[in-house]
Amino acid sequence: MSKSDWAFLSNDLIYAAMAVCALAFIIFAYELAWSIRVGEEKTTISRRSKVLRIAQSLTILYFLILVVAVFARAVSAGRVPWGNMYEFSITGTLAFTFAYLVASIKFDVQWLGILISFASLLTLGTAITLLYVPSAPLVPALKSTWLVIHVSAAIISGGVFLLANCIAGAYLILERIEQKNEGARPGWALRLPKLESLDQLSYRLVALVFPLWTFSIIAGAIWAEAAWGRYWGWDPKETWAFITWVGYAAYLHARVTAGWKGRRAAWLCLIAGSTFLFNYVYVNIWGTGKHTYSGL
Amino acid sequence: MRTALVLLLLLAVASIPGSIFPQRSQSPLQVNEYYGTNPSLAKWLDALSLFNVYSSAWFSAIYILLFISLIGCVLPRTWEHFKMARALPPMTPKNLERLEEFIEFRTGLSQTQTLDKAVAELKRRRYRIRKLSDSVGAEKGFIRESGNLLFHLSLILLLVGVAFGSLGGMRADVIVSEGETFTNVATSYDSLNTGSLFSIDDLPPFSIKVEKFTAQYDIVTSAPLDYTLNAKVIDYPGATPRDEIVKVNAPLTFGDTRVYLQANGYSPIVTVRNKEGAVVLRGAIPFLPQDGNLTSIGAIKVPDMQPQIGFVAKFLPTAERTKEAGGFSSYPEPLKPLLDLAAWSGDLGLDSGIPQSVYRINTEKLTQIGLAALKPGDRWELPGGVGSITFDGLAPWVNLQVVRDPGKAYSLAGAVLILIGLLVSLFGRRHRIWVRVSENGGDTIAHIAGLTRSPGLDNEIKTLAATLRSEVGNEGHVQPTEGSE
Ligand code: HEM
Repeated sequence: MSKSDWAFLSNDLIYAAMAVCALAFIIFAYELAWSIRVGEEKTTISRRSKVLRIAQSLTILYFLILVVAVFARAVSAGRVPWGNMYEFSITGTLAFTFAYLVASIKFDVQWLGILISFASLLTLGTAITLLYVPSAPLVPALKSTWLVIHVSAAIISGGVFLLANCIAGAYLILERIEQKNEGARPGWALRLPKLESLDQLSYRLVALVFPLWTFSIIAGAIWAEAAWGRYWGWDPKETWAFITWVGYAAYLHARVTAGWKGRRAAWLCLIAGSTFLFNYVYVNIWGTGKHTYSGL
Repeated sequence: MRTALVLLLLLAVASIPGSIFPQRSQSPLQVNEYYGTNPSLAKWLDALSLFNVYSSAWFSAIYILLFISLIGCVLPRTWEHFKMARALPPMTPKNLERLEEFIEFRTGLSQTQTLDKAVAELKRRRYRIRKLSDSVGAEKGFIRESGNLLFHLSLILLLVGVAFGSLGGMRADVIVSEGETFTNVATSYDSLNTGSLFSIDDLPPFSIKVEKFTAQYDIVTSAPLDYTLNAKVIDYPGATPRDEIVKVNAPLTFGDTRVYLQANGYSPIVTVRNKEGAVVLRGAIPFLPQDGNLTSIGAIKVPDMQPQIGFVAKFLPTAERTKEAGGFSSYPEPLKPLLDLAAWSGDLGLDSGIPQSVYRINTEKLTQIGLAALKPGDRWELPGGVGSITFDGLAPWVNLQVVRDPGKAYSLAGAVLILIGLLVSLFGRRHRIWVRVSENGGDTIAHIAGLTRSPGLDNEIKTLAATLRSEVGNEGHVQPTEGSE
């Protein structure tokens, strides 16, 4: 197969993954809507878990298709598949879905499936329509081992931050519902974890990945020293990476030292996460500076 | 610590405007553009240093306050920590059942045996021990606070590195055409910025001959694929020259000073003769690229003629012409090179004392005398018989950036230690455990409980209990009690 065959294959597979992902989303949504309607009747539980299993299998399927799609993209470009924003997005979706699938082996997080499939669909859709650039070799500044180190660390951190934010968001929604119902949950929400577990889970994810994020920034700085002649120049991307870092550092501090929990912590988590998204979307597309590899 | 955290947050917020407004240090042209479109607003923004956020007084103030508050908070804590490191674990509290993970059971050993066994096991797990007559206090995880302190101390080191680098550092640019040699002295640079503690004597005395510069481009998209500079480097006058290859991610290193390959373009080589036919100018003149296909503009100034002559010029490596766009280049390599010239005659204004761009000519006091487009080898006899210009050929030029940063080793060490401190303080586990052993009738009863802020205490205590209990198997239970939760 020629390089462009691989590139076309990759594009087709992205569409296929999106189709399967959409299906998974619909079934997750169906299961949720249905359980909201029927409440906690015992008879429905087995049917519900059957529906969930189907949705989960579809999630695994789109994940596998995505693996091949990203691989094909890498082959077509002859390098790691994260040289521009389009590739960063598809690889990021892969990492994000993978984190969810791994987590669902050990923890009961299938209730997150609806958010995961929605976020993946959104990211892939934006990627292939707005961010798409043809498969091409790297510009000289990107030809470095640091591309592998810096960007893979950034992708994984981003995926896990996003997951922690989904959970913090779920916390806030559930908390509001519980408050309205005087502490009780409606039937459909009974199978979701306790509020404290959600709170703990998003904290653990952030604590786990914060050092990786720190590492990614340090690796970026070492690379910048070699490629641009300075390790820190307050380029917009650097500035916002620093802001995200401070945001999550404040979050961790607030939890450990000041004992923040629950709602306040969840909001802080969401604020820090949105600075990451801002960096990714705004700075890549509209920002100026050395660090814009969106290729758009 | 709270003040430091607030200042860090403030620093993050203060850095936002710099990512919104164009910054002089990064894109001076955009700042000028801003002045052009919004002159009155720009004046206000400038008064607030919003075009120089990162070197402004208010930004530095936050940075310095952060630095001071970090020192003020970390040093006393480090001292405390040293003292604590030699202290024994706290005395055993009276009511162990009020602490976390409380558990009690029969052991089947004597009191002393049980205590000795507990001490041995806790020592094996690297707890620090305080042994009393009927109890043991144990503590581990000092390293968590050590990590925390390392983190903050390293943050200080990083800030020191940054400050040291900007005070004692320098940054300069120079354009060198293929075949020319650059000697690292202040007068060679096209531009030079120095920190306030930098001295010209700090410049290492190397020189670099640009032997050959090769650029490869993607045929379809014109995107650059590779830049390679073959250079001959002499470390100090009289040293033996060595061959080096410089690439975008592979600068040359001379101690604290590095030389980076930053940009490239073309220098048309021209010869200008006066009406007697004598050569008044000969050389490679760097032109400034305007786009990815290296459409370049430049100026050829000939002051040694009467009257003075200047050429406003455009160089196209692969010349193309359409009605709408005029002349432009369609590929960055010189496949069909063309030099568009407009000749002007009069006073070039070079003696006016006002610094001029080398790429532009102020045509206010000049009159145009003719237009021409030359291919390599072409000669143009200027109208009015004032002389001639020959387009002899091309040399690529490279922009070398010379950077000295004496602080970067400290910054790097600081950054790496920050990461280590972070890992230790996030994942180090700090536990306190107490074991009290009492005799009650013929039975020996162990009471265990602990205190922690980290996960895993339940497991520590469960396994400790298991070792103490192992002699009697499961029968050891005295009403098993859950922890305080
Ligand atoms: C201090 C220096 C640096 C910082 C703080 C930094 C920060 C980041 C961040 C936050 C991302 C995550 C994705 C995003 O938000 O777009 C990222 C991705 C990336 N970085 Fe860096 N970076 C630095 C230096 C560099 C250097 C020197 C290069 C290459 C010469 C580079 C190339 C990339 C690429 C190719 C991506 C993925 C594609 C993209 O998102 O555009 N980075 N970096």
